[in-house]
Amino acid sequence: MGEQKSDDAELGGQDPMTPGGARVPGFVNCDETIERLYYYLDGELTEERRVEIALHLDMCGPCVGAFGFEAELRKVIANRCKDHVPDALLDRVAHALQDERVRQGN
Amino acid sequence: MADQAEFSDLAMDYMSTLYSAALRMTRNPSDAEDLVQETYLKAYRAFGGFEAGTNLKAWLYRILTNTYINTYRAKKRRPEIADVEDVEDLFLYRHLSADQPAGLGRSAEDEALERITDTEVKEAIESLPDTFRMAVLLADVEGFSYKEIAEITEVPIGTVMSRIHRGRKALQKALFEYGSARGLVGASGDGK
Repeated sequence: MGEQKSDDAELGGQDPMTPGGARVPGFVNCDETIERLYYYLDGELTEERRVEIALHLDMCGPCVGAFGFEAELRKVIANRCKDHVPDALLDRVAHALQDERVRQGN
Repeated sequence: MADQAEFSDLAMDYMSTLYSAALRMTRNPSDAEDLVQETYLKAYRAFGGFEAGTNLKAWLYRILTNTYINTYRAKKRRPEIADVEDVEDLFLYRHLSADQPAGLGRSAEDEALERITDTEVKEAIESLPDTFRMAVLLADVEGFSYKEIAEITEVPIGTVMSRIHRGRKALQKALFEYGSARGLVGASGDGK
């Protein structure tokens, strides 16, 4: 992850649950939340971490906006990346497998 | 131990997704078809060693990926840039919402997303260097877990995570640039 920048005002600024930036166990701020965004969306966080992020999202609109956008983007990428398989390719593969079967003698 | 006779029944279902991945990897329909055919032949020959009940899709992708790396990447004429630049977190989100007055609904950036075309997504993915392209493809298009991608690409999981995360950010920048070129997003000439 890159250097943390101080431009997170648009993402809610200081976490209301951590006045003065003090680290409260179980609570994470916006920077920490955004840092774990991909792990969260990928379902690759431990349960404890996941709950921390979910808790933050419950009370931080700007982070919810960012997470929602990234989740939507993921869907767009997956859905717009489909291609029609040429019939010729299906035939080619079927024939290649058939030939291989004959070659192997079964 | 899997039975070769079952191979077609089980493996042919993945043709469409394997072909799409092959297209993104080779960026060329003719090479993609060859790559898919070779993958199926290799998989068929090796199917006896496939452990029934384990992840067939991941197993096929591993063969596809290895075949691509060993055959197609090796014959590439010119080496490509092997890295991506560092892109800030939330690049696309911030750039798409930058020109919007706050609080006027959440739809400006979502609308921009909807206008992104198939071609733009495909070209943006294909613009990424190999290792990042594969990582993004396997994670975001195919939905494999970090662990599965580590097994498919045979690299440590930490490397996989780094490639996915950096590849995604580079992809966002590429998407933004394609979108700006088409005038679909409010690039507002800041050139970032």
